[in-house]
Amino acid sequence: MNDFSTAFGTAFSLMINLDSALVEIVGLSLHVSLTAVLFAALIGLPVGAAMALFRFPGRSIISVILSALMGLPPVVVGLFVYLLLSRAGPFGVLGLLFSPTAMIIAQTLLVTPIIAALTRQVIEDLWNEYEDQLRSLGAGPARALPTLLWDGRFSLITTILAGFGRASGEVGAVMIVGGNIDHVTRVMTTSIALEVSKGDLALALGLGIILIFLSIGVSGTAFLVRRMAEQRHG
Amino acid sequence: MITHKRHGPEILPLELIDVDYKAGGQRLIKDMTCSFNTSRRSVIIGPNGAGKSLFLRLCHGLLKPSSGSINWLGEGAQQGRDYITHRQAMVFQRPVMLRRSVVANIDYALSLKGISKQTRKDITESVLQRTGLRRKADHPARVLSGGEQQRLALARAWAMTPEVLFLDEPTANLDPAATHAVEEIITAIHGTGTCIIMTSHDLGQAKRMADDILFLHRGRLLEHAPVAEFFKNPQNDLAQAFVQGELLWWNRGQGSRNRPHKPKQNQHNNKQE
Ligand SMILES: Nc1ncnc2c1ncn2[C@@H]1O[C@H](COP(=O)(O)OP(=O)(O)OP(=O)(O)O)[C@@H](O)[C@H]1O
Ligand SMILES: [Mg+2]
Repeated sequence: MNDFSTAFGTAFSLMINLDSALVEIVGLSLHVSLTAVLFAALIGLPVGAAMALFRFPGRSIISVILSALMGLPPVVVGLFVYLLLSRAGPFGVLGLLFSPTAMIIAQTLLVTPIIAALTRQVIEDLWNEYEDQLRSLGAGPARALPTLLWDGRFSLITTILAGFGRASGEVGAVMIVGGNIDHVTRVMTTSIALEVSKGDLALALGLGIILIFLSIGVSGTAFLVRRMAEQRHG
Repeated sequence: MITHKRHGPEILPLELIDVDYKAGGQRLIKDMTCSFNTSRRSVIIGPNGAGKSLFLRLCHGLLKPSSGSINWLGEGAQQGRDYITHRQAMVFQRPVMLRRSVVANIDYALSLKGISKQTRKDITESVLQRTGLRRKADHPARVLSGGEQQRLALARAWAMTPEVLFLDEPTANLDPAATHAVEEIITAIHGTGTCIIMTSHDLGQAKRMADDILFLHRGRLLEHAPVAEFFKNPQNDLAQAFVQGELLWWNRGQGSRNRPHKPKQNQHNNKQE
């Protein structure tokens, strides 16, 4: 019990004093996850919208791949990226393994299917509602695509937040492709795992508390966005 | 006033020849043959499920007939599909509003026609004024009341300066004042030389608004006649019954609790009342 209270005390003082190790780890976490979510949104939004609006060859294959990827545990995605980036792998010459870039790639792979699948749902629903009207005004699916992305903006923001939640909370993929190297690839989740196994609870707790706040922040933002959408658009 | 005028050749008349529409293994529109001419007002009447909405959607090009043909015979029809689309507008049974402001809803529709920004602003201003929505210009369109949304749908259609305007029950669910307002707007649009093709459940409205009446029943066009002729002496006996307020329940295989006039079902219904 005593151990615990000291750990909590130390954790808070680390946070309040903006301990440099802690700040570095949180900074890298945010950098990796936000970049991954940015790329995932750049790929997932148009892909999801296209799947909702167009019939094209390979559409069902992409659909199957996306839903398979969506359910994959992060460690498996990590393993897959590891194999691609390792010295013997097809992209080994790039020397990316155990770098933040490798972690961004892995998390992008993790998050893209989620954003694509949710986007597809949002855009499909909107298209069902708008199709007659938009066609009547002379807009086919291609012209409708940007329109629907804009009109679905509130739901899509929630979608992107869900993606960020998955990225910032996962440990398996970044552990495997990043290697949890101090000052290089150590992020919040991997250092929690490490510190706990070393028996050093203070840093782990500090990071854990920050992750909880982050998670509350994400769902709080999602909530506010939804409420704003309801107020503005009924 | 509408500052923007319609240019270019007309696409009317519109002609339907033996049009059939099938969905879900059923023939929903059957052997439809008729035509529509410049600047007339046609009102389509008929019981629920008769195929009125399907008919409008077929004419407007949102549905393709399963067989038969729908042709625009005017000179303008030579100019291609986009031209034909932009010469028409439709107001749907349930208004479809984008998740944007009132102004942006109209502006978006105009931008699809490739109209320049300044002109869009002028047209938008003018149609909002004419439909009494200026005060609401910056409100989100979807928080407007049903009647206001219907007026906005009309304003948007008007902004398109269509040669042909399709309206699917434009006053369903509106109170008498709102109905009157909508009818005035439609009359004003017609006044700019637009051909009106609309559906209605309100026979009074049909009398007020129509030059011609089309009577649909179970996917068939049973009568197509000038309004005075139609209401004075409908040729078809189903149309006759419909006009006299005898709903077509006795022919639709369903009883009606409200109309115990028909002797055969009378006893049966009396028990329930
Ligand atoms: N896609 C579809 N598949 C199967 N049946 C359909 C489809 N669309 C419409 N129908 C049927 O076709 C019939 C005609 O529909 P429509 O909407 O044109 O009727 P309506 O005359 O406009 O009726 P209301 O007065 O109630 O608006 C209805 O019985 C409807 O159930
Ligand atoms: Mg209808």
